[in-house]
Amino acid sequence: MSTRLLKAFSSNFAHPSFAIGFCVSLILVAFALLSLVWTPHATDIVNVANRFAAPSGNHWFGTDFFGRDILSMLMAGALTSLRVAVLAVAIGMVIGVPLGLLAAGHGGWLERLILRFNDFVFAFPAIITAIIITTLFGPSAINAMIAIGIFNIPVFARVARGGALSIWTLDYVDAARLSGLRVWQISVRHVLPNILSLLIVQATIQLSLGILAEAGLSYIGLGTQPPETSLGLMLKEAQSFFLAYPMQAIWPGVTIIAFVMGLNLMGDGLRDQMDPKLSKAGGMNVTG
Amino acid sequence: MVGYLIQRLLGVALTLLVAAALIFFLLDVLPGDPARFMLGINASDESLAALRQQLGLDQPAIIRFGQWLTGLMTGDLGMSASQRAPIAELILDRMQLSLPLAFGALILSTLIGLPLGIFAAQHQGKPGDAGLMGLAQIGIAIPNFWFAMLLVVVFAVTLKWLPPGGFVPWAENPSAAFRALILPTIALALPQAAILARVMRTSLVDVARQDFIRTARAKGLSKSQALWRHGVRNALLPVLTIMGLQFAFLIAGTIIVENVFYLPGLGRLTFTAISARDLFVVRSALLVLVGLVVIIMFLVDLLYALVDPRLKKRATP
Amino acid sequence: MKNSALHLAGLMAATLFSSTALADELRLGLVLEPPHLDPTAGAAAAIDEVVYANLFEGLTRIDQNGAVRASLATDWAISDDGTRYEFTLKEGVTFHDGTSFDAEDVKFSLDRARAEDSVNAQKGIFAPITKVEVLAPNKIAIEIANPQGNFLFNLGRGDAVIVAPESAETNQTNPVGTGPFTFVDWQQGSKVILEKNPDYVGDDVYLDRAIFTFISDPNAAQNAMLAGELDGFANFPAPETLEIFEADPRFNVVVGSTEGETILATNNKAEPFNDLRVRQAIAHVIDRQAIIDGAMFGYGTPIGTHFAPHHPYYVDLLDTYPRDIERAKALLAEAGYADGFKATLKLPPPTYARRGGQILAAQLREIGIDLELINVEWAQWLEDVFTNKDYDLTIVSHVEPFDIGIYANPDYYFQYDNKAFQDLIATLNVVTDDAEREKLAQDAQRLLSEDAVNGYLFQLAKTGVWDARLSGMWPNSPVEGNDLTQVKWAE
Repeated sequence: MSTRLLKAFSSNFAHPSFAIGFCVSLILVAFALLSLVWTPHATDIVNVANRFAAPSGNHWFGTDFFGRDILSMLMAGALTSLRVAVLAVAIGMVIGVPLGLLAAGHGGWLERLILRFNDFVFAFPAIITAIIITTLFGPSAINAMIAIGIFNIPVFARVARGGALSIWTLDYVDAARLSGLRVWQISVRHVLPNILSLLIVQATIQLSLGILAEAGLSYIGLGTQPPETSLGLMLKEAQSFFLAYPMQAIWPGVTIIAFVMGLNLMGDGLRDQMDPKLSKAGGMNVTG
Repeated sequence: MVGYLIQRLLGVALTLLVAAALIFFLLDVLPGDPARFMLGINASDESLAALRQQLGLDQPAIIRFGQWLTGLMTGDLGMSASQRAPIAELILDRMQLSLPLAFGALILSTLIGLPLGIFAAQHQGKPGDAGLMGLAQIGIAIPNFWFAMLLVVVFAVTLKWLPPGGFVPWAENPSAAFRALILPTIALALPQAAILARVMRTSLVDVARQDFIRTARAKGLSKSQALWRHGVRNALLPVLTIMGLQFAFLIAGTIIVENVFYLPGLGRLTFTAISARDLFVVRSALLVLVGLVVIIMFLVDLLYALVDPRLKKRATP
Repeated sequence: MKNSALHLAGLMAATLFSSTALADELRLGLVLEPPHLDPTAGAAAAIDEVVYANLFEGLTRIDQNGAVRASLATDWAISDDGTRYEFTLKEGVTFHDGTSFDAEDVKFSLDRARAEDSVNAQKGIFAPITKVEVLAPNKIAIEIANPQGNFLFNLGRGDAVIVAPESAETNQTNPVGTGPFTFVDWQQGSKVILEKNPDYVGDDVYLDRAIFTFISDPNAAQNAMLAGELDGFANFPAPETLEIFEADPRFNVVVGSTEGETILATNNKAEPFNDLRVRQAIAHVIDRQAIIDGAMFGYGTPIGTHFAPHHPYYVDLLDTYPRDIERAKALLAEAGYADGFKATLKLPPPTYARRGGQILAAQLREIGIDLELINVEWAQWLEDVFTNKDYDLTIVSHVEPFDIGIYANPDYYFQYDNKAFQDLIATLNVVTDDAEREKLAQDAQRLLSEDAVNGYLFQLAKTGVWDARLSGMWPNSPVEGNDLTQVKWAE
């Protein structure tokens, strides 16, 4: 990890919104990961007699329409949402970053081709990709992940190219080139480490957008399917009970907002501390 | 400029062609038989074969792709397999909802987002700025369908000021059509306004640091005057880029929000068609959605090239 | 677009009045939009829900109790051997486009429905017909190969309505029938509008206008009702929200019955479900009430066989395999699955399937059967489950009236092949004596229950919600349709 990022990290704790964002995100991630090994109650049991129970010592947030513990569902749901968002970022980075580096390093027709490809993929918002995948394979969380991931590709390609272009102008890169290193070697050895902080900031932002996008896709039935659960699916299922049992929809809604805000505040805080020249290259903060 | 225009137009045409090919060949292999769906579970093999022939499903894919492309040019997209109406008509009909909704949200988010962003920039570091940016953070984080749900409960179910959903065609009752679109437009626009406000503020704060603003201030303009007269126009460039991108998300957003308000838009058309395995409608509707995004991005690029004094030859992304 | 923008500008200051219904207008919500409006060319129940008895009429019609009534035929006589029907037709009737109705139209409609290239979804109804003969402009004879107990009932279904040769091809988008309502407009994706037919021969309807609005999302449906944008839902899509309507004096909640037997359909040829003991074990585990409570919020009647509980021939077979986990485990062990097994459960979109599937999976887990839930769209269900029989288990509601005969077809997707049962149904089909029919139907019910062909869950309820001032809405649905002919507003 680059020292610049670490520095940004520590100096940022003086910055209250970053501190809040970081803590909220950390708590929610921990809470989601914990559900892998433990939840207060099992999420695959159905106990109709105990449905819509009010919050109590046993069920802190009450129970849902199947009598399942809402806290446990939130934990499992947050894990699905996080998993979808993280893997979507991974897809975007693994494909997008090399494309961006290649475009910046190679230039010429290859760069134009990659830019054209970027524009092309931008014309397919995640929801349209998800519609196509769903038509072919039916809805699932994996489907949502791929759709969001594909949209992340041009985002990372663009950020990586922007960052890389500013690195390529630096003297030591010239030196490296003169010493006979090939483009990809320079990209990996010199460019990538220097744009890593930029990529991590963008990853934080795409993570938050991924969580939002997963919620939207699950809401219209293109994402996570029961008996799996996700924050978006919980919202969808709570919807028809909203007037009678509003808290059913409030909990997952608030969890999504907290998660997204936490990640965004963290991303903003990191970006504020970065080399201003670099930060210009990134920062496409748009929802997908 | 003309050369640039032609080059970009060719780019748009190529993008659309590739998109059409991609959509067609992906959806052509989809597992399902529109004929069987239409005739239901007890249909005989002969009637299925007859219908398949009637729908042209017995021809090779490449020929059907050619026919579809020709159809796209001439506006004759054939008949919908499940709804037995001309597809072009179905799509145009849904556009009277989807387009006003997307553009309405774009306009509303601009009207809200830009002034707030400018206000925040002018009061940088003061409580007003902090408050607005805090609100913007929430606005960005709210799922739009959840926000829509809250709007319905408050303004339609409880206060009964506005309809909870549904749509009346413009030709039948324009005032009812307008009223039907108010809540969906707000639900779509506010999260986008939050994004615009943030981008506008950041951009304006950046511009304010630059030399020409200092020069203007040295000439005796107040900070606000300097920003208004010289800053905003320059700060608008990055905002314009974002707005182009945003339109893609507004189009996507209409699909989600349509669901909350049971609006007969392009999204609903697509979903109904998917569950009926009506690939003719799905592919055309998807291409229209993609086409809208591509064309808007192209227009934004053009606008960018016109506005930005530094860009005379080629717009970089 | 330019027009819209102008409207927008002009209406910026428009005041915000809430719309209200006209005195004799009915705004009814439906969950599914029909693919088209010709009931003789498609299986979708959504078509009948708009057009049946309102736009189109058959020779006979089904009333709200499931009894056969006169419609375009005022009278009929059946030959002693039960193979020849002579109908007398209503006179002075015209189609909505002004063309006249007579015996030739009946012959056209029936011949069209039974023709080789017919796209009628229920060709089986017309299969026994050997001859349709016009005797006079107001008289027609139909001959059938052998006596049919259900023939008059079947002629009253939406698939057997009478259409005119002039308009048959365009009924899908511009339906022309003889009914008491005429078609006005179909705003695709949104609604269908009908108006009173001023030239109707027979009792006038009370409503001047009927609007069917399509809302598939349960939450949107609820909001539309609460905000007063709709007057009712003949079958409200979300049972969980009925308590809100029950507490609201503006609405009437009417729970009735449907012809929908909701079953855990089982592939009787797939391992290990081809073993009777495995199916019995499943039957012993199913807790019907828990499924009704959990998935349908208490709305539904448990069934022990494939038969509607409100039918006079119904036998209560709920206790053929009472809930008994130990017995179920023993049966599984006998069958060689002491440790249980894995299987798939394919679930189509309706709530009863998606929610019911989760509950059922939890129940079957008690005896070690581990179900993988697979959600499918209807088209995929039709292809995978119904046509290709590529499934282990699925949950589905069979909504056709008196459909126990499907078990006699060994190629039906249950793949139940039992000669004894097939003989029972063959006899039932040709017997017209009521007492004898009842006995045969009851034997058939018992056989299905004992063979545990499928898991029998519950009869789907019809949960109607409508404005408390409305009367004449059907509480039950003995046939697919929403008959509005008796619906009126209180003074």
